[in-house]
Amino acid sequence: MTHTLDITKEHCPMTFVKTKLKLAQIAEGDILEVLLAEGEPLENVPRSATEQGFNVLSIEHVEGTTHKVTIQK
Amino acid sequence: MEKKKLSLIAFSGDYDKLTAVFTLATGAAAVGYEVNIFFTFWGLDAIKQKRGRAFIGSNWLTKLFGFMMGGLSVTPNSRFNFLGIGPKIFRYLMRKNNVATLEELVEAAGALGVNMYACEMAMHVLGIKKSDFIHEVQDVLGVATFLNISEGGQTLFI
Repeated sequence: MTHTLDITKEHCPMTFVKTKLKLAQIAEGDILEVLLAEGEPLENVPRSATEQGFNVLSIEHVEGTTHKVTIQK
Repeated sequence: MEKKKLSLIAFSGDYDKLTAVFTLATGAAAVGYEVNIFFTFWGLDAIKQKRGRAFIGSNWLTKLFGFMMGGLSVTPNSRFNFLGIGPKIFRYLMRKNNVATLEELVEAAGALGVNMYACEMAMHVLGIKKSDFIHEVQDVLGVATFLNISEGGQTLFI
């Protein structure tokens, strides 16, 4: 199952907090697509997901400053 | 690999400093750290169940103290308090700019499983019981236990 989370309007630390809480909610094997802004969230959300043992499948540019990070639990 | 660890000593009961405590705590927990917060003295105001002013204490003097200290909603700013208007302005600015307020950060800390502890000695002095705190406060500790818990990680005093 694929879930989406838009944190483009969030700031530190809620960018990480919302991603972490969403990843905790979804089932093992599910996909989470996170829409986020460049800078701190783009640099650190995928990195911390990898560090916590999640699988970062892709990072794509959507438009303007928005990027989509696809994470598998 | 051993889990990274951040331990915070929340001594201040100031709105802005508590915001720093909970920002660090939630951010670290969200990126996979084990996070411990040890609340002592004025910092205990942040974890009281009653967030306004209440006569919490064991005798008339500590009850008066408890009332003056208050809870999370009435914590003052360390600067620009303006008789309590300062924190209200901050809350307004934070909401307007989509930044989490202190109350939202405290809720997030609970959801992320941040470990919260209260200082036994300060509670004794101020006449506060464990039942006066939010249920996320899991234990009442002394220095030795806190040192044991925080060993091997980073510790900050705020």
